[in-house]
Order: sequence, then structure tokens, then C-alpha cells
Amino acid sequence: MSYAVELKDVSVKYGNLDALKNISLQVAEGSFLGVIGPNGGGKTTLLKVILGLIEPTTGDIKIFGHPLDQAVDKIGYVPQISNFDRNFPISVLDVVLMARLGGRVRFFHQYKKEDIEKAEAVLEQLNLLQLKDRQIGKLSGGQLQRVLIARGLTVEPEILLLDEPTANVDASSTSQIYQLLKELNKEKTIIVVTHDMAAVSSYFDSLACLNEKLYHHGDKQLDQHTTEQVFGCPVDLIAHGHPHHVFEPHGEGENDD
Amino acid sequence: MIDAILNYQFMQNAFFAAVLASIACGLIGTIIVEKKLVMLSGGIAHTSFGGIGLGYLLNIEPIYGAFAFAVAASLAIASIRRKIGTGSDTLIGMFWSLGMSLGVLFIGFTPGYPPDISSYLFGDILTVRRVDVWLMAALTIFMITAISSLFNYWKAYLFDEEFLQVLGVKSNLLENFLFIMIAIAIVILIRVVGIVLVIALLTAPPAAARLYTDDLKKIMGLAVILGLVFSFSGLTFSYYYDLPSGAVIIITAAIFYFGSVAVKGRND
Repeated sequence: MSYAVELKDVSVKYGNLDALKNISLQVAEGSFLGVIGPNGGGKTTLLKVILGLIEPTTGDIKIFGHPLDQAVDKIGYVPQISNFDRNFPISVLDVVLMARLGGRVRFFHQYKKEDIEKAEAVLEQLNLLQLKDRQIGKLSGGQLQRVLIARGLTVEPEILLLDEPTANVDASSTSQIYQLLKELNKEKTIIVVTHDMAAVSSYFDSLACLNEKLYHHGDKQLDQHTTEQVFGCPVDLIAHGHPHHVFEPHGEGENDD
Repeated sequence: MIDAILNYQFMQNAFFAAVLASIACGLIGTIIVEKKLVMLSGGIAHTSFGGIGLGYLLNIEPIYGAFAFAVAASLAIASIRRKIGTGSDTLIGMFWSLGMSLGVLFIGFTPGYPPDISSYLFGDILTVRRVDVWLMAALTIFMITAISSLFNYWKAYLFDEEFLQVLGVKSNLLENFLFIMIAIAIVILIRVVGIVLVIALLTAPPAAARLYTDDLKKIMGLAVILGLVFSFSGLTFSYYYDLPSGAVIIITAAIFYFGSVAVKGRND
């Protein structure tokens, strides 16, 4: 059986700087993987490598056993909402419809009726249909995040990749978003990249810890030793559902990123 | 003035130039403003002055030189920008002044009396010639076709090019194409408002239009209409009172924009 996502010895360098070093990762179909690690630890780079936005310096990536360029329609991408200009003149429905633009550029392209039906069905599923004509600046952070999830889903992917889906939303939206992802996980493989893991780690069925190297991959029980390696400081991981907090005082310089 | 437009060729040329410039500034201006490429466009515009100087030196039509320089500059900026990532303002600044310097140098090398370059710097709608109108018309038609036929892609590109790339759409091609169109728009506008003032005509109409609607297509449409109003105000004043048309166009545009901001605000 081939894995949904498989990375073999992937390294990425920015100039002389190692962003990722010999990462090997296998994500089984149907899993709900959390990739955690400190800011600057290469999480977003890892995501972009899987998406094909960054070419790895060395190593090999397979999606369901195929190379990336044969699998673009298998991945739905949900970027961070902080990347966006919220004032941009685009409606919710138009954002979601973007997902149907894939493949070759076609002149005089119009969205087909089935594209619009698909987009509206996903919006309905995520309880966003009543907002479809709204300009995205007039949404809350949680709503915009779900709009981006809707767009990722409208690609009809088998894998959903999310970058910090709760970085800019309040606590109640955070649990709402993770419940939604848990629900979607019944049909899809989901990979979430986040630095805010203690608050949400109870939802994942496996965890990977990333800080330049991949330190742990497997079930979601982490020991203190691993988290110290990854974060450079002891972190409380056991208290599921509680906000991340730090055990002991630690040197300022060590964790500087 | 209507009489003059009907009877004199220079007024007909001015009329067509105003219409074409408004279309160019409405379409490309909207894209520039929404993609935050205003300073980059300023850099491309000023680089094209090098082409004007070269045109005088080699005794070819200066506007063709400007076109070549603008396209070359936009593609160069696009590719260097991709290499160095963000922070392209230094790069834009370099092109900006390098282009101007080359222009001055080339004009200095040109034998005989120095040519009058102020119409290229500040525009003069009453001196637009028939050949200019034909060139402007061809470029405008190309631009309308390019934007309308790929409209959904442009919209997606402006909002989130990374997502398009993930979908397997070559967004680099779109970017290069966009940069060429910026160069084209600048060439269309040079005759009307000049290199120095081109930025304001590209930005004021779309920025003002943005205050009135949340829809990209409507912003473009409204920006074209506002561009027409501004251009004709410039044409009118320069016809009746012999005022410099480029300056009048820009001042009207700026007054309208600041007035709109004051009235509409955007603090909702």
C-alpha cells in the first residue's frame, strides 16, 4: 500500500541555512496528523514542499505513490489567513470558486453551473452559504478561516493541508474548526501545521515534531525529552485541552526564533 | 470644444487619446492598486525615459524606445524580484533612477539642439498625433482582450497566486504577462500625462472607485468612467485656458480621490 504522503530524506536550504534536514515522513491514508514545532522551525516550508511550491534541495516526495505533478488535484491547501489582504474586493463565493480553476489556463473561462453548485454545496456543508455574497473583509477571522477550508475542499481533494488554521481566531472558533476537521477526517487525510499544539493535540491521531529535523513521528504521546529537543524548552504536552504552558524558567536566548 | 473635436484633427486625436488612456488606467490601474504594484509601476514608467532618450539618439520614434525599455524593465524587475524575494523597493528605486539617467545621457549624446522632452515627462494631450492614437488603440484592444478573456484567472491571481500555483496553474506566466501589460499601459498613458505623472492616473481612479464598490469588475468599470471624467477635465482646461493638460488631469483626480475619502471614509 502506498502512503497518502511520503517524504524521503527531504532537505531544503535557503542559501546556507538549513530549513529542513533529511526529513522522512509517512502519512497513512485517513490519518489526522498534527505537525508541531516552534516558529521558524520549518513547518511552513514542509507544507510548501508537499504542495510543490518549494523545490527540495534533495529528497523525494510522493503523493499516493505518485510524483507531485501528477497529484495536484489530490491536495487541498488551506493557507494562513494572515497572508491575505482582507480588503481585497472578492466575495466568499468567488474565493471558493477559485478551487475550480485547476489545470490548464483556458481563455474566456466561465465557471460552469456544476462548479457553482459544488462550491455552494461545500459552503452549505460548512454553514457558510448565507455569507456567499459577502466581501471577505466583512467576515470574522473564524468565518474567513472556514471559507478557506471550503475552498480547499472544493478542489475535491483526498488530502487536506492546513497552515496554522487557528492562528488568528478566538478560542471558540478554534474548537469549532477542529471539530469540523475531525468530521472531515472521516473521509480525508488531514495534515495540520501549527505551533499551538497543546490546545488542540487531543484532536490529532498522530503528531510529528519539527524543528529543522523531524524529531518524533507516530502516536501522539510525546515525552518531555522530545519536546525539549524540539522547542528548546520544556513544554507541558500532557494536559490535553489546556493551553500550552511552560514548566520551568528557561534561557531567553535558546528559544529565540 | 465639441465643435473643435468635430473639426480639428488635433482635437480628435486628443479626444481618442483621453478615451484610450481612461480604459488603460481603469483596467491596469485596478490591478496595480489591488496587487500593490504602484511603486513598481512607477519604476517601470521612469525606466522608459531611457528609451525615449535612446529614441532621440538613434533617430527613431521615442515612444517605441519607451515601449522597449518599459517591457525590458518590467520583465527584468519581475525576474530579479523572484530571485531576491520580497523587498523589491530597492530594486525598483535602482531601475527608477537608472532609466532616468540613461535617458538624460542619451539625450546629451544626441547631436544638435536638445529636443523638448517636457511633453514626455508631463504629457500634453493636445500634441498627440494620429500615429500615437493608432498605437494606443492597438495596445488598448490587446489589453482589453487579455484581461477579459482571462478574468477569472486574474482575479484569483490577484487574491492568492500561491493557491493558483498549487492548483497547477502557471502563475509565473500570469505575472510576466501582467508586467508586460503594465509596460503597455504606461506607454499608452505617457502621451497623455507623461512619465512623471503616470502613477497618479493609474492609481487615483481605481482607488477612488474602490470606495464605492466591493466588486472587482465594477471597480474596473467605475475607474474607467472616472478616468474619462478626469481626462476630459484636463482636455477642457488645456483647450480653453491653455493649462498643461497632464497636470490638470492629475490635480482633478487627486481632488476627487481625497474628496471621496473624506466623504466615504472606510472606517466601517
